[in-house]
Amino acid sequence: MPKKRDTQKITFASAEDMPTMPMSLGSMLWNKTGSWRNIRPEIKLEDCIQCGICWKFCPDMSILIENEWPVVDYDFCKGCGICAEECPTKCIVMVEERK
Amino acid sequence: MKKVIMGNHALSYGAMLARSQVIAAYPITPQTQVVELLSEMCADGTLNAKFIKVESEHSAMAACIGASAAGARTFTATSAQGLALMHEMLHWASGGRLPVVMGNINRAMAPGWTIWSDQNDSLSQRDTGWMQYYCASNQEVVDTVLQAFKVSETLAIPSMVILDAFSLSHTYEVVDLPEADKVDAYLPPFRPPFRVTPSDPRAFGGLTSPEHYMELRYKLQKDMEKAPALIEATGREFEKIFGRHLGLVDPYLCDDAEIVLVTSGTAGYTAHVAVDAMREAGYKVGNLRIKVFRPFPFEEVRRHTRAAKKIAVVDRNISYGHHGIFSQELKSAVYGHADCKPVFGFIAGLGGRDITPASFKEVVDYTIAHERSEEEIIWIGVKK
Repeated sequence: MPKKRDTQKITFASAEDMPTMPMSLGSMLWNKTGSWRNIRPEIKLEDCIQCGICWKFCPDMSILIENEWPVVDYDFCKGCGICAEECPTKCIVMVEERK
Repeated sequence: MKKVIMGNHALSYGAMLARSQVIAAYPITPQTQVVELLSEMCADGTLNAKFIKVESEHSAMAACIGASAAGARTFTATSAQGLALMHEMLHWASGGRLPVVMGNINRAMAPGWTIWSDQNDSLSQRDTGWMQYYCASNQEVVDTVLQAFKVSETLAIPSMVILDAFSLSHTYEVVDLPEADKVDAYLPPFRPPFRVTPSDPRAFGGLTSPEHYMELRYKLQKDMEKAPALIEATGREFEKIFGRHLGLVDPYLCDDAEIVLVTSGTAGYTAHVAVDAMREAGYKVGNLRIKVFRPFPFEEVRRHTRAAKKIAVVDRNISYGHHGIFSQELKSAVYGHADCKPVFGFIAGLGGRDITPASFKEVVDYTIAHERSEEEIIWIGVKK
């Protein structure tokens, strides 16, 4: 499974405390864009050939390789389906998100 | 050192004297000579800068943004369609608080395809959060580039130094080029508090929630509000070193004028000549050339139009379905104040049509003859 992340939220009490530049507001640590997802990729590892194409194509870096196998980071996967489209053995399927 | 140079080269010399470190640009008429000379200066070692050739103006501004974020003093130049193509990136520079300085040569927007001057290109970028300086001489161009870097880097807000196509960009004038050591004293090296560097990794411009976004915009506006005083202060400092004042506006005989013309760019110089001729003929007119358009010089505009009975704004631009843009802005500055007076909005010189002393005579005659403007826009020199 994905490594545990530091999800501490950074907030500023006032404009004065904030940096002038829109910089290091810490938002990506807690703003889990995975909640935007309507369909989710599920990987059938028995058909996976460990080619790494899903990892390479994911535009959100939400396919992690752990112990040489692909794992979806559902905290940040937006469900675009590119991994399923590109998978040469079609072992990734997009399924309706159950909310 | 005095030198006879064209307006475009005045921008190049300004960028060179400022010791720009990165220049990324794409050529477009009438801007081409600006970056042509800078590329030669980079090639022969006159300027120790990285010159980045790019495939579009969008990429030019993107490269400037990257370089500025890395802490380099950064310059580019463009015109008309090129500026329009940069539009998205202009927001990235100002929102990212990166003090890029850019030359823009005012060229009318196509179609019909045109290379001649009007201000609709730069005024279409009014709300992008860039400071805008409209210049009227080649000397003012060189000097303003140096001031623009100083003001931009102090406030972390980018600047556009703007000049008319051909009537300034390709016009040769005597320019007193500031000495390098004096420029170095006026404009110290760019040292931003944060920059992209492997030794202090940070995320720039990342996803910003509703919790923080509004404060970022509030801070940009608050810093923009500091610019008028800073432009005056750096203008006085410039005058002490180089003997030439750089202000927000250039008033001429406004104090006792019954009609104040409001102008910008080279038309502002023509107005100056027209005012002299009209004064000799007994007209009590003055000319307020607005140099800095963003931030808008509210106080100076109110002060220099205080004595006038009427204000006649001559715009070389138009906001379709409304007025000339300087005319709108003038009203926003003077209306609602106790000494409010009629503002007449004239449009002249679109697409490079000449604005002559006779144009200003026509403007003044209409303004004298009418209590207030009978039309939303009074057109000068159009074949109706």
